[in-house]
Amino acid sequence: MHIDMSSFTPWPALAGGGLIGLGAALLLLLDGRTAGVSGITGGIIHPARDDLGWRLAFVAGLILAPVCYAAFAVLPELRIDAGYGTLIAAGLLVGLGTRYASGCTSGHGVCGIARWSPRSLAATAAFMGAGFATVFLLRHVLAS
Amino acid sequence: MKRLAPVLGALAAGLVFGWGLIVSRMFSPAKVLGFLDLAGAWDPSLALVMAGAIPVAAIGFALAGRRGRTLLGDPVKIPTSRVIDGRLILGSLAFGVGWGLAGFCPGPAWVAAGTLAPRALVFLAAMLVGMGLFECLEHLRTSVASAAATSDALQRQDA
Repeated sequence: MHIDMSSFTPWPALAGGGLIGLGAALLLLLDGRTAGVSGITGGIIHPARDDLGWRLAFVAGLILAPVCYAAFAVLPELRIDAGYGTLIAAGLLVGLGTRYASGCTSGHGVCGIARWSPRSLAATAAFMGAGFATVFLLRHVLAS
Repeated sequence: MKRLAPVLGALAAGLVFGWGLIVSRMFSPAKVLGFLDLAGAWDPSLALVMAGAIPVAAIGFALAGRRGRTLLGDPVKIPTSRVIDGRLILGSLAFGVGWGLAGFCPGPAWVAAGTLAPRALVFLAAMLVGMGLFECLEHLRTSVASAAATSDALQRQDA
């Protein structure tokens, strides 16, 4: 393993992480809800009574974030290398998987670990492990 | 929509959260894949994003947990399940494979879709279909389970 110092961005990573944590804390202190994006999205697809407004508003905030950001500064590069077939397969897996797991990188990875939930630690270990293994296979086994 | 304040609160939370995904560059799949590629030219940035996010979120959970109510007076709903089962692990593994394939997870997918990049919109659409499929499968599972319970009860009556 060698660290790619040219692409490593420690300060933006820490600062952006702090903002992600702040967003999660705001949702908790203002709405009493965990900032788990897969769960919030799932609840829009299958809404319970009187439970839709805050979900739509949170997702609207996510969508509007790049628009607001671009009003103040130049957006960092958005690079998506995967082809359309891969994107569709990946989207289906992420949609199904996160709903079965009741959480994703935000709900388990950030919020779950922040409350030291053993369930979220197990989920995070599983999806990170699968992510590492998938990229290893794609880039170092199948590609060579 | 009875009250506006919680909805505005969620909008602000989503904006700050999305802003964080942009500042940290994590809305870009190439950046995430750089972290997942341990054997290549490894970019540890995502680990620092988690290191920045978790302590701040933990303060939020500690405050909300102690208060029991939100600043607007509503009850705080924190997940209570402690079950580690096949659903959790297999679901997470499937998610991880999809994450490794494209470099997108749900939060960044919404943020990147906000730029109207076609590839981000295609991923988001497929993710929503996957979540819809989950709802269908769950509906099927619960109706099969209730049908089985009814036929069980009938058989017991016969005997």
